Amino acid sequence: MTRISRRGLLKTGAAAGVLAATGMPAMAMPKRGGTLRLGIAGANSSDSWDSRTHSDTYMIMAAHGAVFDTLTQVAADGQLIGELAESWEASADAKTWTFNLRKGVTFHNGKAFGADDVIESLQMHVAEGAKSAAKPIVEPITEMKKMGDHQVQMTLKAGNADFPFLMSDYHLCMYPAGQVEEAIAKGIGTGLYKVESFDPGVRTTLKRVDSHYKDGKEGWFDAVEMVAINDGAARMNALMTGQIDALNRVDYKTEPLMRANPMVNIFEVTGNQHYTFPMLTNVSPLDNVNIRKALKHGVNRQEMVDKILQGHGAVSADNPIGPANQYFHKDLAPLAYDPDKAKYYLKQAGMDSLTIDLSASDAGFPGAVDAAQLYQASAKSGGVNINVIQEPNDGYWSNVWLKKPWCACYWSGRATEDWMFSTAYEMGVPWNDSHWDNARFQELLVVARAELDADKRRGMYHEMQELISTEGGTVIPMYANSVDANSTKLANSGTIGNVFQMDNGRIIERWWFA
Amino acid sequence: MASILRIIAQRLALGLLTLFVVSIVIFTAVNLLPGDFAQAILGQGATPEAIEAIRNDLGLNDPPLTRYMQWLGGAIQGDLGNSFAQANFASFAGTDTGSGLASVASQVAPRFENTMFLAGVTAMIAVPIAVTLGVLAALYRNSIFDRAANVMTLSSISSPEFFMAYVLILFLAVLNPILPSLSNIYEGMDFSERLTKTLLPALTLTLVVTAHMMRMTRAAIINLLASPYIEMARLKGISPMRVIVKHALPNALAPIINVIALNLAYLITGVVVVEVVFVYPGIGQLFVDSVKIRDIPVVQACCLIFAAAYILLNLMADILSIISNPRLRHPK
Repeated sequence: MTRISRRGLLKTGAAAGVLAATGMPAMAMPKRGGTLRLGIAGANSSDSWDSRTHSDTYMIMAAHGAVFDTLTQVAADGQLIGELAESWEASADAKTWTFNLRKGVTFHNGKAFGADDVIESLQMHVAEGAKSAAKPIVEPITEMKKMGDHQVQMTLKAGNADFPFLMSDYHLCMYPAGQVEEAIAKGIGTGLYKVESFDPGVRTTLKRVDSHYKDGKEGWFDAVEMVAINDGAARMNALMTGQIDALNRVDYKTEPLMRANPMVNIFEVTGNQHYTFPMLTNVSPLDNVNIRKALKHGVNRQEMVDKILQGHGAVSADNPIGPANQYFHKDLAPLAYDPDKAKYYLKQAGMDSLTIDLSASDAGFPGAVDAAQLYQASAKSGGVNINVIQEPNDGYWSNVWLKKPWCACYWSGRATEDWMFSTAYEMGVPWNDSHWDNARFQELLVVARAELDADKRRGMYHEMQELISTEGGTVIPMYANSVDANSTKLANSGTIGNVFQMDNGRIIERWWFA
Repeated sequence: MASILRIIAQRLALGLLTLFVVSIVIFTAVNLLPGDFAQAILGQGATPEAIEAIRNDLGLNDPPLTRYMQWLGGAIQGDLGNSFAQANFASFAGTDTGSGLASVASQVAPRFENTMFLAGVTAMIAVPIAVTLGVLAALYRNSIFDRAANVMTLSSISSPEFFMAYVLILFLAVLNPILPSLSNIYEGMDFSERLTKTLLPALTLTLVVTAHMMRMTRAAIINLLASPYIEMARLKGISPMRVIVKHALPNALAPIINVIALNLAYLITGVVVVEVVFVYPGIGQLFVDSVKIRDIPVVQACCLIFAAAYILLNLMADILSIISNPRLRHPK
């Protein structure tokens, strides 16, 4: 096997495919059989089959990635394809969307899937008192009309070209209408695998359904055992000793040891997850764009990728849109680490030097305190004295983030540009963690949302990314890779999704035993 | 016998009082921790409205005294309530609250069973080894054997548990795949498989608790060896082994039983690190999870179990010491 430098590989943006190809034996045709044993971090004793509450890998993989289906899904190559919907079309203003549903699909309890299930499943997220994380997706739907047993028409408050993309969100699983509570209690979906046993935060066993609409395309394992292993070393050991076939979140420190094991393959993708240092752009002195530029020139991005992520990541041009997004601005160059430029921008702001507090805690992102100290060291020669304040992990998101003028934070990223921007960069939304308010940006945000022409949207989203990068209030030094590992007994198609860890959380559906 | 029964009754009453005090201390301590359940569960997604909604649903806005009295009222009637996490899910669904939820008791029970199983297996291995080593060390005191046993047990107790665990994994699971490093036991597993999977954590814990029990056995016996009645036995010409087993050991039982009880209590309450390393679904992991999200009902239930384990094991140790000592059995 030729040696390819990890970083060079990532820069090409083709990391996923190439890594998978180099690490795998020659591609064979997929075949049925075997029990897949997974060791997954991100499980809790409070887990349930209620997709509205899902936020961590374990339940996302079990529900969205095996037991339940959504209307649409993001394929491994990033294309949006139908899952329970066969096709969809929009009106010219992107306000009315008609979904044609797959026929002949049944839930695990035998009930046939149809339009009623879609309507009731989506309404769960806006029910009185419901606190679903997908509420912002479903709320703009003003009307859901059943046009036939297998056709649903949805009308939105305002046009949204990304609407079918949003329908692939892991919270929007389809439940059987009239039996939602039972389905949540037992885990009854339309997915390739049905629940055999479920012990929250400990262990889940799944069994392949006898016949399924994905037959011949996906679902090669006969059964699946998912063990919850939150401890990093225990997870690595289990894979090294052959007690599990795949795991998520490889510990960076032990990654070289795992790489040395011939029975283990590491698969790594750069997606949208990014680590940030948001500044409140309405608080002095950070309201001055020159100060912000000075701070952006004071960070050594490559050093952060090397030391904080141990190379498992890529530098970012202060861009919250990542390589897994459709309209990612690949050519946007990250600001160079340049103390002289930092000094220059300080001068522009009428200052010789600047002393500023940076609040950090490892709750912000793993290694955030170390990253803040690196930042402190690199910014010093540019005349910026960063005073690192180590905050407690407890209550970090309530007491520090959105409250302190400058802190550490992470975003797992969003599947669409509009979703990311309207979550964290739209004026007035609660999680706008830089209090970013730019007239041109706001204007583009609204126009791009309803634009169905892909080229025009690309232009607008590129301009928005440039705006955030040059004038925005968030220092985004790096994208953090998701690094997972599998036994060489497993095989896959050669393309690994980069939206979410573990092949977009769909390793159970897509992989097979070689 | 009547005196023993009286002691049991007295101690149980005192135990209940202790449990009551423990519940107050735990409740206060968890409340003193920064953050509460709403903040912990929402994490980055915490908006003031969402926090307020959860606090209202769970009654976290009531004054602490009211909340404590509500919990106590239920607990006295044997109802430990629902965990916050479960109750929060019910309100997520916007449907029922209360019925159909997994109660704290039903969440804790299977975990506690697993913990007891691990403690049991460990005790089966550790207690005989520790007592035998202790007796032999006393018999051959200051010999090479005595010193080797001391050095080995003391170094295993001085190393952190997770280190011993990784050393055992390295030698018994990675380099020589004899035992599985993953102890994910579950309901319906047959006994022999369950035992195999439990062996590595049990061995780790054995290494951790043996030293204490062995040293106490050795010290208690050596202490007695200076007594006149032992000298008498020796003068009679009895073999050293028989002197120790027949004459010294029965009189040394009280301190030995006490230290065994203390270590058994530790096996029930203090094994969270070992549970995490081996992914063993015991009560410790549930406890730590619950403290992390400030899930007070579960924390309370776990603490009560821990406190009860200490109280009952100590009571048992005291009673066994009394029974083993004729002077205490027949007080003048």
